Amino acid sequence: VVSTQSTGQTFQHYFKQINLRTMLRRISSPAVSIGRAAVSTSAVPRTKYGGKTTVTLIPGDGVGPELAESVTTIFKEMAVPVEFEKIELNREQMKDEGSFDYAIKSLKRNGVGLKGVINRSADFRHHNLEFRGGLDVYANVVRCMSFEGIQTHHTGIDLIAIRENTEGEYSSLEHESVSGVVESLKIITQEKSMRIAKFAFDYAREHNRKKVTCIHKANIMKLSDGLFKACCKEVSEDYPMIEYEEQIVDNTCQQLVINPQQFDVMVMPNLYGNLVSNLAAGLVGGAGVVPSKSYGENIAVFEPGARHTWMEMKGMYVANPAAMVLSSAFMLKHLQLHEAGDLLIKAVKNVINRREVQTRDLGGSSTTPEMTRAFLNELDTLYKNQ
Amino acid sequence: MFLSRALRSSCRSLHTVTLFPGDGIGPQISDSVKKIFDAAEVPIQWEERQVYPILEPNGKTRIPDDAVESIFKNKIGLKGPMRTAIGKGHVSLNLTIRRTFGLYANVRPAKSVPGVITPYSKEGVDCVIMRENTEGEYSGIEHQVVPGVVQSVKLITRDASRNVAEYAFQYAQDHGRKNIVALHKANIMKMSDGMFLEQCREVAARYPEINYREMYLDSACLKIVSDPSKFDVMLMPNLYGDIFSDLTAGLIGGLGLAPSGNMGKDGIAIYEAVHGTADDLVEANKGNPTALLMSGLMMLRHMGLKSQADKIEAAVLETLTERKVITGDIGGTATNPEYADEICRKIKG
Repeated sequence: VVSTQSTGQTFQHYFKQINLRTMLRRISSPAVSIGRAAVSTSAVPRTKYGGKTTVTLIPGDGVGPELAESVTTIFKEMAVPVEFEKIELNREQMKDEGSFDYAIKSLKRNGVGLKGVINRSADFRHHNLEFRGGLDVYANVVRCMSFEGIQTHHTGIDLIAIRENTEGEYSSLEHESVSGVVESLKIITQEKSMRIAKFAFDYAREHNRKKVTCIHKANIMKLSDGLFKACCKEVSEDYPMIEYEEQIVDNTCQQLVINPQQFDVMVMPNLYGNLVSNLAAGLVGGAGVVPSKSYGENIAVFEPGARHTWMEMKGMYVANPAAMVLSSAFMLKHLQLHEAGDLLIKAVKNVINRREVQTRDLGGSSTTPEMTRAFLNELDTLYKNQ
Repeated sequence: MFLSRALRSSCRSLHTVTLFPGDGIGPQISDSVKKIFDAAEVPIQWEERQVYPILEPNGKTRIPDDAVESIFKNKIGLKGPMRTAIGKGHVSLNLTIRRTFGLYANVRPAKSVPGVITPYSKEGVDCVIMRENTEGEYSGIEHQVVPGVVQSVKLITRDASRNVAEYAFQYAQDHGRKNIVALHKANIMKMSDGMFLEQCREVAARYPEINYREMYLDSACLKIVSDPSKFDVMLMPNLYGDIFSDLTAGLIGGLGLAPSGNMGKDGIAIYEAVHGTADDLVEANKGNPTALLMSGLMMLRHMGLKSQADKIEAAVLETLTERKVITGDIGGTATNPEYADEICRKIKG
């Protein structure tokens, strides 16, 4: 048993060293790219008091609060220089318009957020959508990597699903033109398609990925998906070192269950992105282990990859915190706290692969706090072995 | 002539069924199906028709009149894979056929095939996708609002949703299926998928013995790749159905093994192989007739010829399990006729 105080002190000392190293690294690093741009080149000054960055934390509905608790516990024990601005934004709080707008303001101000999933509120405003549209968080990146310790039907998967997150089928433009006939509009614009394509190729280049696949259904939706596909093709010409291919979404789903190892980076419009990222998450171990990051021009939001609230299990502390903790680790890296982030990622992976402490979704019966404690113990071990 | 034909039909209970061989490997695999049905002494008389698109002056596409008449007369049809030329200005042939015959429900069973090992063979897959086949995202209504902004319309109507829901529940009842789950994205597309769900619920109320649930489409994707054995009958609108049925085909070994049936009004039922024309396999005659054959068996069961269907199915499964005479796509070296002959041998005993 490791006492909080001693761990805190150890980590605090550790991170004093880190900050110096990080500063040196930042000076010598090359031109900033997508994610880093949000932190260092934005016009809005980052909220930073006494060396600590303020991050908006929105636990959300269902098991969200429990997962957020895991993260706050870990960050506290690691003494990471991050201050959370916690905003309760679940179904009950939704009745107050003010709290939702406040959340948006907070995210705009802080530029970085960590969130769970918010359930549909009573007055039918779909908040997850408004977050993304209002804040223009346009690129959702889900990285699915196989874990050795999780038994799945396929192994050796390492794919990145990049999803356009603001338009497409989720434009929420529906009307009943005559009784019994509903029209729902799917909007695809050249501007946003070019933007997400460029994001995907930049991301691929930055992370040394070899291939980008554009997922579409242009054989049926010739104009809309045709436009998306054309934009991707045009952008691909600026990146001759990255292989580019196109694939129809139904074939993609089939290929994902037959031979998922063939995929590298995938870029797609909103709906297909939802399906493919969930499918891929299921292939590597489920909603409990897949993190995601979402980017806008001046903002980055980190949340679990498969967005499910799991309302039935609320308050029971059985959910796997790995996805949320991994998302928070990616957030640390985004804030240039690379050593801390990498250490946390390694700790989570080690615990999962060792299979001693497993929550329900991994086949065990451990609780959320037990899993959190396992991560912390592993962190301590890793630090000691540095 | 009509009278003698009717007499002949009733004497031998010979059913006349329309056959569209299709393109590419289509004619070759159709030959195999005919050979196998003969060997099993299936009382079917085939009426073959060619299908190709005819572009009318008003811009609409239609298929040849004799093909249309044949289906309207016989009600039952079997269709091979068809090629749609790109850039010739006409709508896909499959879409045209769907519209011509009002094929409103697409049934795609996915059952693990013994002898074809996939990562999912152990827990076994045995599910059926029921897909609304006329509207949804495939209305084909798209336009460019301003340069650089395209709008695509997804249409959901009460009638079409109700029709497919009714067919799904009736099918479940007829085939002893206990669970139906409706897949949707009504949290995002509240009105359209909401209306679809409303109709499903109304029909579900009339079939209390069938367990009805609803699930988000992305949740279903997540769960089905973790444990497909938990899924039974799945009911959904057009686009989701298209994607999902290819997913389930992948779980059992690919489109080369997946049968499919389409239900239309007035008892029209057209069964088809959903794979492509595989033009590269035509010369060596190495196409796999299994998908078309399985669709043919679905057809036989629909027509009440269950014993013949069972006989053929047993022979097919035995051939696949032995893995001695099987086609290239599932790991063997046999040609299409060799595979068909092996099945015929097993049928004749």
